[in-house]
Amino acid sequence: MKIAADRDTCIGAGMCVLTAPAFFDQDDDGIVQLLVEDVSPGDADVARQAVALCPSGALRVLDD
Amino acid sequence: MTEAPALPLYMQREQFDPVDELVQTRDNDGVTRVPTLFGGPPAYLVTRYEDVREVLSDAVRFSNARTRPFQQPDGPHFTDEELEQMRAGQMLAFDPPDHTRLRRMLTPEFTVRRMRRLEPRIVEIVDAALDDIERAGKPADLVSTFAMPVPSLVICELLGVPYADRAEFQERTGRLLDVSVPMRERMAVVRENRAYMARLVDGAMAAPGEDMIGMLIREHGDDLSHHELIGIASLLLVAGHETTSNMLGLGTLALLRHPDQLALVRDDPAMVGPAVEELLRWLSIVHSGVPRTTTTEVEIAGHTIPAGELVVLALPAANRDPAFITDPGRLDINRGAPGHVAFGHGVHHCLGAPLARMEMRIAFPALLRRFPNLALAAPDDEVDFHTYNAIYGLRSLPITW
Repeated sequence: MKIAADRDTCIGAGMCVLTAPAFFDQDDDGIVQLLVEDVSPGDADVARQAVALCPSGALRVLDD
Repeated sequence: MTEAPALPLYMQREQFDPVDELVQTRDNDGVTRVPTLFGGPPAYLVTRYEDVREVLSDAVRFSNARTRPFQQPDGPHFTDEELEQMRAGQMLAFDPPDHTRLRRMLTPEFTVRRMRRLEPRIVEIVDAALDDIERAGKPADLVSTFAMPVPSLVICELLGVPYADRAEFQERTGRLLDVSVPMRERMAVVRENRAYMARLVDGAMAAPGEDMIGMLIREHGDDLSHHELIGIASLLLVAGHETTSNMLGLGTLALLRHPDQLALVRDDPAMVGPAVEELLRWLSIVHSGVPRTTTTEVEIAGHTIPAGELVVLALPAANRDPAFITDPGRLDINRGAPGHVAFGHGVHHCLGAPLARMEMRIAFPALLRRFPNLALAAPDDEVDFHTYNAIYGLRSLPITW
């Protein structure tokens, strides 16, 4: 599963970092940074949860 | 004395719970029209979890910026220029991209990493407050000795507001948020708040410190008007102390009424994070957030809402929607309640949420460990719920240990 982050949409709420710190970080401006683009099936649930919780809708799951 | 106004449906509670009528509205029609406290025509009240999330996540069709204050019949009258000045810097009064511009100046201050750096100082502040309570002896009022001073001192240090001024600004915030106070007087408080903050901003412009007001002046001084600086700082001061404070007071009472869950928060560090989230959901201290105005005709829960109408949200009803969470009326800290809308959703999702979480994650277990036998020092039916506050909470919480 692939995930994507739109840094223009991000409001820096940090929900992704709290939910899935292995996949998401914030830069010095508080804006989302993807740590990985490919999520293994075992980690898909936590990544999906981070995507669902993102307040600004900046995160997406790219089903492939 | 004027009589307190009737509470709008979205503010009515039975202790911790949204009233039956609100629950019935959610489970039957989903949307109902209600009078508001803002004057003007009735608003459309949205109550279901999915609908509330939809409104909050769509800043195009549901605008904050178009929600303008109605001139109150009991005054004072504001000129258009004065209203614009009062609105400047108030992030909640703007839509993207104007909102984005302001919010992005502040996001670096509230990152998860930045909060971790603040943690040791928050621990010190919490411990000092607990020392004071212990020294003064039992019984104590938890609101005035802990729930209020801890977040107040934290936000004062962060912003660069003298803590010595707290009595003054806490009293003003109290009047501002008390909906039983006539609108005339509440609007006057807005003016007083701005005058106070203008003095602080002027001082900081002469010598910007290492705090948030100083940062805004140093890094964004060319881009921010004087009125915007005042607006941002005023919003952060009010939002920073009143909300977390009410969560600490009300949350402690909720735990005292659920002793088995209180024991988990006290004894198991892994339960603290989930407990904070479930308390946020179950208490939903922000009744409704900021009203939105429709920019086009919309349909919610089968109801057609024309363009230009006021939309108000019932956050406690949404957070206890059985379509969102099983057995929603039960406090169950084990579930952690991811996805609650206590901090809102969408682009206006609470800026200070990471700070509020950090403060609560430190304060609740520290309080319960310091006083393992913490108990209510008043009869159960004499607890003083702050019914008329725009943010739900307790006026006082007598405790012993």
